[in-house]
Amino acid sequence: MAPHPGKLKPATKAVHVRNLVRRFAKKTILDGVDLDIEEGEFVALLGRSGSGKSTFLRALAGLDHDVQGTGTLETPESLSVVFQDARLLPWRSVIQNVTLGLAGTTGQEEGRKALAEVGLEGRETAWPNQLSGGEQQRVALARSLVREPALLLADEPFGALDALTRLKMHDLLRELCARHRPAVLLVTHDVGEAISLADRILVLDEGRLIEDLKIDLPTPRDHGDPRFAQFRAHLLSRLGVDLPGRKAA
Amino acid sequence: MATTWDADEAKLSLTSGGRVAHRVSRTARPAGSTGSAGPRTRRRLGPGPAIPFGLQIGPALLVLTWVIGSALGWIDPRILSAPWTVIEAFARLIEQGRLQDNFVTSATRALLGLSIGLLIGTLLAVVAGLSRIGEALIDGPVQIKRAIPTLALIPLLILWFGIGEGMKVTTIVLAVIVPIYIHTHNALRSIDSRYVELAETLRMSQKDFILQVVLPGALPGFLLGLRFAVTLCWVSLVVVEQINATSGLGYMIDLARNYGQTDVILVGLVVYVLLGLVSDGLVRLLERRVLSWRRTLAN
Repeated sequence: MAPHPGKLKPATKAVHVRNLVRRFAKKTILDGVDLDIEEGEFVALLGRSGSGKSTFLRALAGLDHDVQGTGTLETPESLSVVFQDARLLPWRSVIQNVTLGLAGTTGQEEGRKALAEVGLEGRETAWPNQLSGGEQQRVALARSLVREPALLLADEPFGALDALTRLKMHDLLRELCARHRPAVLLVTHDVGEAISLADRILVLDEGRLIEDLKIDLPTPRDHGDPRFAQFRAHLLSRLGVDLPGRKAA
Repeated sequence: MATTWDADEAKLSLTSGGRVAHRVSRTARPAGSTGSAGPRTRRRLGPGPAIPFGLQIGPALLVLTWVIGSALGWIDPRILSAPWTVIEAFARLIEQGRLQDNFVTSATRALLGLSIGLLIGTLLAVVAGLSRIGEALIDGPVQIKRAIPTLALIPLLILWFGIGEGMKVTTIVLAVIVPIYIHTHNALRSIDSRYVELAETLRMSQKDFILQVVLPGALPGFLLGLRFAVTLCWVSLVVVEQINATSGLGYMIDLARNYGQTDVILVGLVVYVLLGLVSDGLVRLLERRVLSWRRTLAN
């Protein structure tokens, strides 16, 4: 990464991105994205499909090996990713999946604790395919958190879950983030999910950030709150969805 | 259209629409609905529960035919000795110590060839699977080797190694390498790239990546290769032992052919069957133990 003279990075930034450009073949997917995420800040990234949100997350995760691009990108060393699929190795037990790549018995102990935190105490020796979709995603959360990341990247982590499980997972994620305080970038297409979890919501459209909205509602957030509905309507319109009745008002 | 359906399809379509049909039938029962509300079962697509001793039934019938055929004199003993003659020959050969000696010789050759072949085949597969250079160097030659039947190499191997143990073990090794390599390499290459990505985000070391992701992921393929390899190992053994050998089960059988001793030939064959079955059973047992994470059609 090229040094930037005269532009000292503040110590409290978990993510620092300037003028990030990413191209696939001739198509520009990210077109000059600037973003700072503070330590411990929970940011949600909304966008229609094809807006470039997954590309952005993969760039932050360092997973875009063969993609052309330019720009400044600074992320912490300790970074975890939660994918849409739980991505557990089917041939490793639950506890082995959580402690994957961690050394020794301290890892075991930490892994056990992390599993207890996501409510899967006693399932250590189960195989991943013996768990439900929600449970598998909780194992994935435990695997991310056991590494105490400074930055947690989540790519539509609840997208494959049913609505009820998703609500429970929201509570769990909120609780875990309050305890471990990682900076979070949650990529989602669910506006309600973004408002109920994030401190700040970004909207990505055709490779540019077109919205940066602070959500100053008290937590836990009440979906019935009129301001919740206001945020929702505003964000939906930024995403190109106009709610019926809103135009008339 | 409904009349051309077979019974099962009609049943299925009724079940899926059952809810609506029931609601309608409360007010005015339509002519088509008979209203039979008994529990309907779906057509089962899996093989169903296992039959007790299912695998033993076929072979038992064969042996039974042999026993009855010999007892009633339908089978000429010069063509196929009676079971009791074979048992007598078995006892005689053990008494003379010939069977044990030949068995040990054969088993040593097979095990030695199999183990060396397994080691080389797996190593080649891992190197070719994990590095592009390795693939460029290894995959082509193995595919060419695969196209040459191993047994066709025997004349060359005899010229190189003579007719001793070296030639025999080398033949088995060459036969075993191919299925191990092909299946392990294929399994390695078809490991989901999502797991590779995961390993990257977890910052796994190369060693951990191989031990935790690559090798266990390729294990089903390796075990399939192993089953083929075990079979090929016995086949090669039989062939090399019938060429210029002075010991081993194949030699014993070949000698018996010279004297027209069908019973001794059969003893040899029975031992081959037992060896084949036992080794396949061992591989399957291993498979069940190390692949217990898989849920498949069979269970």
